[in-house]
Amino acid sequence: MVGISKSFGGVRALDNVDLEVLTGEVHALLGGNGAGKSTILKVLNGVHIPDEGTVEVAGQRLAAPTPEAARAAGVAMNFQEMSLIPTLTVAQNVFLTREARDARGLIDDEDSIRRAAAIFSMLEVEVNPRALVGDLSAGQKQLTEIAKAISQDARVLILDEPSTALAVSDVERLFVFLRKLTAKGVAIIYVSHRMDEIARIADRATILRDGRHVITAPIADLPIDTMIEHIVGKRSKGLADVARGGSARGEALLELKGVTGPHKPDNISFTLHRGEVLGLAGLLGSGRSALARVIAGIEPAVSGEIRIKGKPVQIRRPADAIAQGVALVPEARATQGIIPAHSVAENMVMAVLGRITKRGLVDRPRATAITDSMIQRLSVKTASRDHAVSTLSGGNQQKVVIGKWLATDPDILILDEPTTGIDIGSKSEIIRLVRDLASAGKGVLVIASELSELLTACDRILIMADGRAHQMLDRSDLDDPDETNPDHALQAAERRLQIEIQKALTAKEAIHG
Amino acid sequence: MAKPIPAPGGALFANWRQNIIYIGFVTIFLVFALTLNDKGFLNPNNLLNIVRQTAMIAVMAIAMTFVLSAGEIDLSVGAVAGLATVTVAMAINVAGPFGGVCAGIATGLAVGMFNGWLTTRVGIPSFLTTLAMMGIAKGVAMWISDTAAVPILSPGYSWVFGGGSVGPIPVLLFWIAALGGVGHIVLRRSGFGRRVLATGGGETAARYSGIDTANIKLKVLVFSSCAAALAGMLYAGRLQSGRFQLGEGDELSVIAAAVLGGTSLFGGKGTVIGTIVGAMMIGLINNGLILFGLEFSQQLIARGGIIILAVALSQKR
Repeated sequence: MVGISKSFGGVRALDNVDLEVLTGEVHALLGGNGAGKSTILKVLNGVHIPDEGTVEVAGQRLAAPTPEAARAAGVAMNFQEMSLIPTLTVAQNVFLTREARDARGLIDDEDSIRRAAAIFSMLEVEVNPRALVGDLSAGQKQLTEIAKAISQDARVLILDEPSTALAVSDVERLFVFLRKLTAKGVAIIYVSHRMDEIARIADRATILRDGRHVITAPIADLPIDTMIEHIVGKRSKGLADVARGGSARGEALLELKGVTGPHKPDNISFTLHRGEVLGLAGLLGSGRSALARVIAGIEPAVSGEIRIKGKPVQIRRPADAIAQGVALVPEARATQGIIPAHSVAENMVMAVLGRITKRGLVDRPRATAITDSMIQRLSVKTASRDHAVSTLSGGNQQKVVIGKWLATDPDILILDEPTTGIDIGSKSEIIRLVRDLASAGKGVLVIASELSELLTACDRILIMADGRAHQMLDRSDLDDPDETNPDHALQAAERRLQIEIQKALTAKEAIHG
Repeated sequence: MAKPIPAPGGALFANWRQNIIYIGFVTIFLVFALTLNDKGFLNPNNLLNIVRQTAMIAVMAIAMTFVLSAGEIDLSVGAVAGLATVTVAMAINVAGPFGGVCAGIATGLAVGMFNGWLTTRVGIPSFLTTLAMMGIAKGVAMWISDTAAVPILSPGYSWVFGGGSVGPIPVLLFWIAALGGVGHIVLRRSGFGRRVLATGGGETAARYSGIDTANIKLKVLVFSSCAAALAGMLYAGRLQSGRFQLGEGDELSVIAAAVLGGTSLFGGKGTVIGTIVGAMMIGLINNGLILFGLEFSQQLIARGGIIILAVALSQKR
């Protein structure tokens, strides 16, 4: 791939990026959120048409930028966002649109099952090709995705975060299998945030940052520290580090003791104080969102104790959590946060309907007052309070969700990835808001994959991996006392946090902070 | 977002797709008034007849507006109305008019609780629950009445439930007005109505906001069955008898009325006033087509065509 550029709207997602992958190598593709990894993979895969640049596979220029052309040229990819159809069997999914036909021209399911079984036995994993995909565990689904990609006899195999839902032993088998593939001359592009894995499997790595190519080098020349340094880089879009520590840490608001959810999290204990922002750091699947859902009563805890303001509480339903002063701004804004077709006003009062209802009827002046005060307080840009939320920009939609939850006047506010898909200006506003809420005496729990945001917003950071708490860090411990330039200080802290997150993945024992 | 530019003619036409039902109603009314005047279309008696013929559809459609707004559907309303005519008639013969009314309400509650329980606790989609209930209710009605009509010999009951009139105004119109008014306020202004719309508009977001969506669905299904039972009571009063065939096939007119009125089949959006106008429009079309002298077969085709046209025009591009 040479000189690839791609813009979405006004945003340049890729700027003149080169990517060269050699036959028989595992090539790691690294970068932070928004670095352009997914975009370049989608260009290679024919999903996105590049604005500039060319793609060649085995010396042949890709005829047309379509998924079919990419597939014909031998490019195969697994998808992070599960591209499987839950009501079909594993074998039917693996060979979807490429089913073998029998003599009469009808689909030969038995043949698909045999071939799928052969792939799984090559991988040495247990997945029943006759099982319905909907009945599989997350890890088995991921293996099915990988089997689907492998079954295409690809020359270039793209694996996007293949290990997030896999057990350690399955990852080992996957690696052995990838080695077999490379020995046959297949080129593999491997995307992962787990640098320990990359160090073990990859031959070379390319690092992207802010849509630009940073470096391509043999993995031997890239120790983990160096990789992180390149990924973090010298940020040009810099989030200004807002003043922290202005708020005094007060009484214990939320105490968790050995809280375990239906799947994740596993045995979590920590205390959140009044006036404090606590961050949850970890990779996809580390159990951060699951922990948030447990506290908010969406997936109630199966064991452990939750205390709020010192009193043990039972949170079995979202309504219980709201009554206890807990509010969750969920990660999936469009489905969990808002009702897009309903108005700003209707969304804003959705969580307080019970409180603003008098003799069965909604108190409209109060609903309007709540909506208007939130629009003003959060400076939501909307044509009017009666416009549908779907007409707002992502950042303003997120403000509506936050406003909806602030309207419940919570003591404890949980924000799960509050800044995904919103512009940098709104991001800073939201982080400032989080600090303001803490200063106003609330306890805030923040989940963010973008580490600079966590570091900017939080007083303490809990590192999670595989559903367990690994380590509680004070934000100040991540600062380098000798560094005076605030931009560099933030980057140094980000590198340290990255290193701790990576350590947590490999740690044998989890501690409870 | 550019603000919508007010078109000449006011808000009704600025959002004409949204208001197609009102525009359509007036248009059809005017067309019939001009073309069918000599056949007595504008005769007050004829107009009141339209009201009498559509009252039961309107009553059921008001409740259906809540069911659809919550993202569910109730196919059993016609059969439940039929069942209620039979239980009411039988109870009146044994226990008098008051007993009859109690039997009607009990029928609605029982069927609604069962529909709601199956849908929200057992987890069968309401489409299937109520499709099955359609057969069960009809079967029970045939069985207990021995497929025969059960006469009602209570003039008082018949007057209140559908047969009577105050001066020239049929009692049925009061029923529509009362239920329509309550339904409109509950859907637009009450906390319950907001929760219904939230449940249908985005169930996950509603659940995350602390709304007990299963409870809301159960309530709208109970509400719908009770409205169907009331429609049955009105059929029974108007025709002074209970028979299982009454209300047969009404579920389609009821759903059509709500959708014509602007209620979304996919939930989250509903209007009771629109639904009542939708029901009246169906009655209007039926009446006009009869006056035109079309045969029943032709009426069916013309009615289907008009409904498709109205719904197609209301779709957003």
